[in-house]
Amino acid sequence: MSSNMNTRNTKVMNRLDVTSRLIAKLKHEEAVIGGIGNTNFDLWAAGHRPQNFYMLGSMGLAFPIALGVALAQPDRRVFALEGDGSLLMQLGALSTIAALKPKNLIMIVMDNGIYQITGAQPTPAANVADIVAIATGSGLANSAWAADEEDFERLVEEAMSASEPSLIAVRIDDKPGVGATRRDPVQIRERFMHGLGVREPL
Amino acid sequence: MAIAEQHTSSEAAQTSSDKSWHGIVLQTLKRNEISLVPYVPDRVLTPLIKNLHADPFFTTFATAREEEAVGIVSGAWMGGRRAAVLMQTSGFATLANVLASLAVPYQIPLIMFVSERGTLGEFNYGQSLVCRTMRPVLDSLALEHHTITRLDELEFIADRSIKQAVTTQAPVALILNPLLTGGKVFDK
Repeated sequence: MSSNMNTRNTKVMNRLDVTSRLIAKLKHEEAVIGGIGNTNFDLWAAGHRPQNFYMLGSMGLAFPIALGVALAQPDRRVFALEGDGSLLMQLGALSTIAALKPKNLIMIVMDNGIYQITGAQPTPAANVADIVAIATGSGLANSAWAADEEDFERLVEEAMSASEPSLIAVRIDDKPGVGATRRDPVQIRERFMHGLGVREPL
Repeated sequence: MAIAEQHTSSEAAQTSSDKSWHGIVLQTLKRNEISLVPYVPDRVLTPLIKNLHADPFFTTFATAREEEAVGIVSGAWMGGRRAAVLMQTSGFATLANVLASLAVPYQIPLIMFVSERGTLGEFNYGQSLVCRTMRPVLDSLALEHHTITRLDELEFIADRSIKQAVTTQAPVALILNPLLTGGKVFDK
């Protein structure tokens, strides 16, 4: 694979910009799971939607949570936004997803090579590991780096009609998240369930 | 007469098989519409896992870590599908963070079946130590948990606990003690 070269050629994008581009494409009440920290702060900043779920802890579980939603609602597309540091905590989840092959699951990795929120320390993977190569090696053949914003949008379009799970990795800058998710876990969960049509409000 | 006896004893064997601890757990899951069962395997859980795989009602699969399975069942619950996690004591010991940051604060009815190692004949010192951390962690979060030791109490405890977890939107741990399952003994 030429993913190393692709990584080097990849434009460094911005998390909020990329997240906003994704949200603008969602027309069918797709679910979006936002990983811990900056990832869900920018999901919040991109504009709250009832089908968004914001994580306030459990670092690394955005993909597993999204997998659960995807298995519960196979007719709904489910996106998961995760940081590279978070993903490193739960690499095994990639193989679980590859084995189950939920075609409605789309994983997006925001890779800045740092733990931005804790003081921008480099991750152990920075400069040595390739997220897309890891994903491909874990069995997720439909994994790719987004070369730039337009390529990201093209990959999202492709993923939305794919017959297998997709992973899109995006190199992002070191900017912090813009929004501040309201830290109300019960309301986040309840609103999400309303958004997915599982429950009606009281 | 001999044939009749044989027939009776064969029926008894069938009944006894359905009334095994793992048969009761499987039927209780099914009766409560729990169809998604991710697990990290354990020797004692093997017959249950095998039978879950053999039953098309269930979607059951291994995960790489127990907290991954907790994430999956949490997502499934929010998407309207009931699920439960199977694990061993040592796997439960990896869950404090996800219990405290996902299952409890988001009010997820996380149903956990924990095969208990580390007691009643444990041969691995590390297993006996990790077992001692389980109930203090559960108690520190005030989580409902039951240690099941008797076959005749299993169905009642499991069925009622699942219903309570769902209706109160709170996690529950059902600890399958060696008195119930036979446990794992030094065999090599």
